[in-house]
Amino acid sequence: MSPSIPLQEMIRAIRSARTQCEERGVIQRECAAIRAQFRQVDNGGARSHNLAKLLYVHMLGYPAHFGQMECVRMIASPRYSEKRVGYLGAMMLLDEKQDASLLITNSIKNDLAHSNQYVQSLALCTLACMGSAEMCRDLAPEIDRLLRASNSYIKKKAALCAVHIVRKVHDLGELFAPAARSLLAEKNHGVLHGAVVLITQLCERNPEALERFRKTVPDLVQIMKGLVISGYSPEHDVAGISDPFLQVRILRLLRILGRHNETASDAMNDLLAQVATNTDSTKTVGNAVLYETVLTVLDIKSESGLRVLAVNILGRFLLNNDRNIRYIAMTSLQRIVGTDHNAVQRHRGTIVDCLKDQDASVNRALELSLALVSASNIRTMMKELAQAASGIFHAAERYAPSQRWHIDTILHVLTTAGGDVRDETVPNLIQLITNTSELHCYTVHKLYRALLTDISQPSLVQVACWCIGEYGDLLLKGECQETEPSQVTEDDALDALETVLQSHMSSPATRGFALTATMKLSTRITENVDRIRSIVSIYGSCMDVELQQRAVEYNALFRKYDHMRYLTSVLYVIGSNEEAVVSISVRCSLQVCDLLDLLGGSEEPLQPSTALGLPNSTSTAGGDLLDLLGGLELTPLAPGLTHAHTHTHTHTHTHTHTHTHTHTHTHTHTHTHTLVETEREPEVKNLTKTKLQTETSSLRIK
Amino acid sequence: MMRFLLLFSRQGKLRLQKWFTPISEREKKKIIRDMTSMVLARQPRSCNFLHWKDLKIIYKRYASLYFCLAVDNQENELLALEVIHRYVELLDKYFGNVCELDIIFNFEKAYFILDEFLIGGEIQETSKQVVNRCIESSDMLQETMEEYMSKPAF
Repeated sequence: MSPSIPLQEMIRAIRSARTQCEERGVIQRECAAIRAQFRQVDNGGARSHNLAKLLYVHMLGYPAHFGQMECVRMIASPRYSEKRVGYLGAMMLLDEKQDASLLITNSIKNDLAHSNQYVQSLALCTLACMGSAEMCRDLAPEIDRLLRASNSYIKKKAALCAVHIVRKVHDLGELFAPAARSLLAEKNHGVLHGAVVLITQLCERNPEALERFRKTVPDLVQIMKGLVISGYSPEHDVAGISDPFLQVRILRLLRILGRHNETASDAMNDLLAQVATNTDSTKTVGNAVLYETVLTVLDIKSESGLRVLAVNILGRFLLNNDRNIRYIAMTSLQRIVGTDHNAVQRHRGTIVDCLKDQDASVNRALELSLALVSASNIRTMMKELAQAASGIFHAAERYAPSQRWHIDTILHVLTTAGGDVRDETVPNLIQLITNTSELHCYTVHKLYRALLTDISQPSLVQVACWCIGEYGDLLLKGECQETEPSQVTEDDALDALETVLQSHMSSPATRGFALTATMKLSTRITENVDRIRSIVSIYGSCMDVELQQRAVEYNALFRKYDHMRYLTSVLYVIGSNEEAVVSISVRCSLQVCDLLDLLGGSEEPLQPSTALGLPNSTSTAGGDLLDLLGGLELTPLAPGLTHAHTHTHTHTHTHTHTHTHTHTHTHTHTHTHTLVETEREPEVKNLTKTKLQTETSSLRIK
Repeated sequence: MMRFLLLFSRQGKLRLQKWFTPISEREKKKIIRDMTSMVLARQPRSCNFLHWKDLKIIYKRYASLYFCLAVDNQENELLALEVIHRYVELLDKYFGNVCELDIIFNFEKAYFILDEFLIGGEIQETSKQVVNRCIESSDMLQETMEEYMSKPAF
């Protein structure tokens, strides 16, 4: 067995391994050595190094459970260095689910009473980190004792240990309440902080405790005032704010105590006003305190002047250069737009401006803007919103809270500002609608109605046509949970599509959508198939080549292969390639039909089936093949179709420009690879002089 | 309270993990994968806050290291940024111009420092100087005890 190497050498060896295999080799060797060392009774000071090595290996993701007993042994050791690593190991490898964790209860108990405070602190830290409910119950009296009679170093840790205990065993809150109260009189900030956290925990769990602790409001106000108006204190100063961490915790506790209680809220009114006006807001830390203050003011029963002050602070935040601050402001304003509507309205302009930002905050800005729309400001709002249209789409796509919201938002913007949107909106929206199967009915109804009112917006019209073609059956069925019921007849639907076909406002692309949709409807309706046939044949002599070709192919389907028309229902293709892929698939299906003829398939027309026009499993000779062909989405169609079909899905996400027929097929295929393959950044070595920060770059900026 | 703190490099290599609630090993691995992919995918100038399940994720990049802190929904995000910054300052004071390599080769010290700053998902000491003093004393104790212990027995 090779002698074990020091920790740092092992780390170096692991890092210099060039492949995963090599790394595994090094680690296996080391682990074997470590295991051997663990079995020895005593080998001097090397024990802590071995465990440390094991912990490093564990962090890399390798199993280290054989170190658990060693942790238990190390914790029981009299050596501080071994205890230290032992407790660290316990926190990393043992949790309350492991049996070994119970074995350290006794060690912790002993160490809590140790003469050396650093040993006590190890025990407290570990208990607060991974103490199970039984351990907590066992050791709670010890913690209470430490809360009362020890130095501040221990008291602050004991307080947080008590917090953990109360989280695990709610009843023990009673035990700690008196000690918590008395800790508020301490001067040490660490202890104060711990006390405030403990009291907060007790109040959150127990309404009776909350009542009792309301009496501490004057004390808390006093402490807070001391922090706010005190001069510079080197121990606690952060960018001009004295102990912002403690300030924020006190503000949070005041919020809990002042909620639903007039007296308590009154008692803290002046203080909150003082903090709100005196806190320096140039740095993040000041804004953190202001933010907490605002949350408190808005949550308690504060007077109206104070509330307006709070909302104004949020308004100022909206103008901040820092994105984080704007985000915070937006989320907070959203929470109160219901209750303090007028106050928020005053900042409407700034909110709408934020829509131009392409970040998560835009999502919030949009919701907020929509919430602020009222009868009086709708015109101006719509204009402002239209200008921010692309920002909205981008953000809505990335951060939509729900699919219905997403669809609604996009439809909303399409109807108001459809002309300003980018080209890829149409395929993306189609993809989105396709994926939201539960909203198909809702979407098609909404789009149909939008189409009736206005056919001037090309994106909207294209999406609407596609939807009517795809989900026409849902449209014709009539009832839909999410919108008002309306009766749409087959004639109505066909009228709408024909209007689009004939309108001078429709571009050739739009007409293409409408024609395909008309064709698709032929499988979903029962009475007006002839009308569709006539529409389609008219376009067989259309000037537009694209349209003509399409119409001719569709005509062929009607004439020669009536029973194959159902294939059009599974032309579940989307995207800007739709025209191209439709043609390919129609051509393919015609070829398949020829093939079937050769096979001697029966000429029985298939019965129109339900909903999405899937062929029933009728037993025609071609039936089995048709079954294969007639699946939605997942069942592979004829080979040629499969490629185009599955890959187009991924394809639309990346490409916006249209392709010609010939290119589509191969193009779609290659791009799935790039999507699947993730990028690998090269492992940055120490000596690389790239612009990227390396491992030797100092973490401190500026 | 804070739920977990992760430090990882730009290549997604984990450098430190501190968990403040009991979670199974499998869950931990999954969370680490989720966090690294989410955070590394962020645009450079986006906001430092994310939502994940019912938690808020606050992350910040310092040179080649990402610090990723998960907190409960009612926590103050801006303060969480300050917590991360405070930890970096503590590391900096201890190691002197700390870089990622320091944390790699002295990971146990990074944990010891963290354990003097946070306990049970909460801040235990708000003064930088006090934390630094405590770390120094603990180190001193370790050295003197080592010396003492390595003396030949009796």
